[in-house]
Parts: sequence; C-alpha cells; structure tokens
Amino acid sequence: MSMLVLEDVHTHYGKIEALHGVSVEVNKGEIVSLIGANGAGKTTLLMTVCGNPQASSGRIILEGRDITRAPTASIMRSGIAIVPEGRRIFSGLTVEENLHMGGFFKSKAEIRKNQDHAYELFPRLKEREHQRAGTMSGGEQQMLAIGRALMSKPKMIILDEPSLGLAPLVIKQIFEIIGHLRDEGITVFLVEQNANQALSLADRGYVLETGRIRLQDTGANLLANPDVRAAYLGG
Amino acid sequence: MQDLLYFLQQLINGLTIGSAYALIAIGYTMVYGIIGMINFAHGEIYMIGAYTALITITGLASLGVAWLPLILIVALICAVLVSSSMGWAVERVAYRPVRGRHRLIPLISAIGMSIFLQNYVHLAQGSRNIGFPALIQGGFQFGDPDSFQTSISYMQITIFITTLICMTALSLFISRSRIGRACRAVSQDLGMANLLGIDTNRIISATFIIGASLAAVAGLLLGMYYGSVDPLFGFIAGLKAFTAAVLGGIGSIPGAMLGGLILGVSESMTSGYLSGEYKDVVSFGLLILILLFKPTGLLGKPEVEKI
Repeated sequence: MSMLVLEDVHTHYGKIEALHGVSVEVNKGEIVSLIGANGAGKTTLLMTVCGNPQASSGRIILEGRDITRAPTASIMRSGIAIVPEGRRIFSGLTVEENLHMGGFFKSKAEIRKNQDHAYELFPRLKEREHQRAGTMSGGEQQMLAIGRALMSKPKMIILDEPSLGLAPLVIKQIFEIIGHLRDEGITVFLVEQNANQALSLADRGYVLETGRIRLQDTGANLLANPDVRAAYLGG
Repeated sequence: MQDLLYFLQQLINGLTIGSAYALIAIGYTMVYGIIGMINFAHGEIYMIGAYTALITITGLASLGVAWLPLILIVALICAVLVSSSMGWAVERVAYRPVRGRHRLIPLISAIGMSIFLQNYVHLAQGSRNIGFPALIQGGFQFGDPDSFQTSISYMQITIFITTLICMTALSLFISRSRIGRACRAVSQDLGMANLLGIDTNRIISATFIIGASLAAVAGLLLGMYYGSVDPLFGFIAGLKAFTAAVLGGIGSIPGAMLGGLILGVSESMTSGYLSGEYKDVVSFGLLILILLFKPTGLLGKPEVEKI
C-alpha cells in the first residue's frame, strides 16, 4: 500500500527546472531515505510534495488522492507533516505555543492528547514548556520541530536534514526517535546528507542527483553499493 | 505651582492625543509585522471610521434618539463594522494580488488605495469639513480659579479609558487566543505556518480587520475631540500614527503603544512651550532621528536566532 507516490514530477523555480521528472514511492509504515549532494534538489522535492512550489508537471498522490494542485495548507491538513530544513520553529513563541501551532486545526481535546504524547517522547520539552523556543539549544529546537509536526497526528512525517548542525550524541537521539516513529506506525520520508545513518535506518532509499533519481534500492543494498559508498559515504 | 499646573495640562493633552495615535499605530505595526508592508491606506480607514460615526450620530439624532450611551455605542459599532470591512476589502483588492512581488509594488498599491479612498469621500461627503457634535461635554478643573487652571475634560477621560480597554483586550487577544497566537506565528514565519496547515490568508485578513477596528474607535474618539472631520482627516493622523509605529519599533505592538504616547506628549509639549506651528516639525524630526540612530525603534529588536 503506497502512502505517497510521485510520478514524473517536474518542478521549476521561475524558468529554471530543478526536478527533471522524479518518480518516488513511499509505502505505508516504511522509512524511506532520500540522499544526495548539496543542490541535488532534495529539499525541492520535499517542498513540492507540500505544494510550495507546486509541480509544473507530473502527479503527486497522497493515499490515493491527487494533491498535485492542492494549496499547501490543505495538503498539510490531510495527514502529512513536515520538519523543515533549519527547523523553523517560532522562536518568539513558547515551547507550548509552538506545539499548539502544530495542531492548529485540531480540537482542544486532541491538542491536549497530542501534546502529552510529544512531552512523553521529549521530556526535555515538558521541562521547557513555558520558555521561549528561540532560547533553546539546537538539539532541543529540533526536538520541538519534530514534536510540533506530531501535533497534527500525521500518518506520514517528512524530515528535511534533521541532523544538520547537531552534536553526534543528539544526532543519535534524533535517529532513535525516527525509528520509534516508525514503530508507532508513522510513515517516514527522510532527507539526509548524513547518508550512512539515514540508509542504515531506512527500509528503502533513493539517490537524487541534479534533479533526477539515479538509484533506488533497499537501504542495506544502497549502503553496500560501491558507487554510493564512493559518492556519499566517503569511500 | 503655576508652572506645574501648566506642565500637567500639556501632559494630559499629550497623553490624550497620544493614546489615540497609539490606537491607529497598532494597525500599521500589525500589518507590517505580518506581511512586511506599510498600509498607507490605514489613515483613510480611520477617516472613514470617523465619517461613519458622524453619519450614524446624525441619523440617530434625526430619529429622535437622545440617550447618549446608546448613541455612542451604536456609532462605535457602525464605525467598527464599516472600517473593518473596508480594511478587509482593501487587503483583498489591492494587496493580496500583489503580495510576494517586489516591495515597491504593494507600497504603490497602498498609496493608490489611499488616494482612491480620500477622493471617494471627497465625492460622497464633500470637501468641506463637517462639524462633529461634542456629545461628551464638561470636565474637572484644578488650581486657583483666578489664574491658570488645569482641566481634564470628560472627553479626554473617555479617550483614555476607551484606549486602555482596547489595548488590554488586544494584548489578551494576541497573547492568549488561538488566532492571536497564529498572528504571532505568521508574523514570524508565514511559510512555516502555512506548512502547518494554517490558512495564512485568513490570519492576514484577521490582522487587517483588527487594525481597522481600532482605527475606527480612534476615528470616533478624535472626531468628537476635534469637533470636525474632513476627507483629509486621516492623512496627517495616519502619518503621525505611522511615525509612532516606527518610533516604537515597527512590528512591535507594545512599541506602537509607547510610540503613540511619546509622540503625543512631545507634540503637546512643543505646542505648550514653543508654538503649535512647530509640533509637526518635532514629530517628523523625531522620526528622522529615530531612523538615523535607532532604525529598529525603541522596542523593536533585530530578530536574533540560534542556528
């Protein structure tokens, strides 16, 4: 059963084509990793799924529903949530307020429930509940960004470089949480430069190169692939 | 004693006018905070609020309604309704289609909207100023009746109290309510709010409606205080409120309140101790100084973010 399907998706920034016909499939319950060099179009691909920018051609199907032309806000209300590149937490709002923004269109009872769940996953956030989010460390902010995404109780979560700029110990913790999300039944679509960890964790992986999918295989096979090792894993 | 009473009088006058500036300045600062543009038609929204209030009061008088609180409340409601729908419509018609373009384009659109609304009122209501009935009369006097007396009129007290109520309500709304929280989130990162499934267009509309409502309240109050309105009523007041918003730090709501009060007091002090002709010089001089030496304003701060 596929959660998300991209069929021959092209995306343009003005006249420049950033994705040249990308096809990707993410099945329910999987962790799928997308790896690639800087500028390969990884973030563009994720943002196209979210409808910002919209694909110029091709189709994007979320749980059987065509969302290619849907506006961002309505896509993000249909069971999908994103932890964007650079976290983009609301630094002037408190931790709790940030979480509430993640569940903006949910009922009060659901917000309370999902908030408790986020605090269970990240006890650190509970300790800092009333603190301004911008005053927290990078790792804590990343936890908040993940917690915020979980507030809408998504079926699928998209993570864009969650390990970027974090200390190794914190990265380990973040990857543990990603594994835990899968155990909860959430589908994970992960973009990482940290290819080694991303592929070890993933069921399947895709390699994106200058706007095209070069390779796709199971995570283990990609890890063993000599080309991938040479290009992304330092030989 | 004489000097003190005189000073007190200037202070009271300044705080009165300043709190009204602050009410108008909120609209500039909230809109700037959320979409990064100066809504130059905001002064006209305020002017339309004053006209609507006047028309309502005249209408009620011709119907024979004489109970003052009823007249004031109905005038307030009508002014708020008309101004806020106007504020909403201006955003839909003139700003939303050009949002995200080069910064100059919405600015030009705003100036165009301002000219349009001003001239519309010129045509609809005539160019001459129309008397605004002084519905709230009387006041308190302090000091020796034979020499200078400090007076606080009931009108001034009304302006104070109304402003205080509006500001408290606004602060509570912004800090506690769901929509207020969303306003703050959208003003920080509109794209991210959108990625959380929030319909940011609705939040932007809400901002325009809130700003326009407060401007309408100011329109009713200052219309009564000055005793007349004309189609250019919003032009100078709008510029002053804009100055107040910049002075306090554009994008900051407490900044707009503080900026309004400082501007009002410095104007009345200039009028009281120097000459009324210099008060605009002082307020716009303040604007130039603040832009030269502290462009972020008194309470505005450049956003420092941890990476």
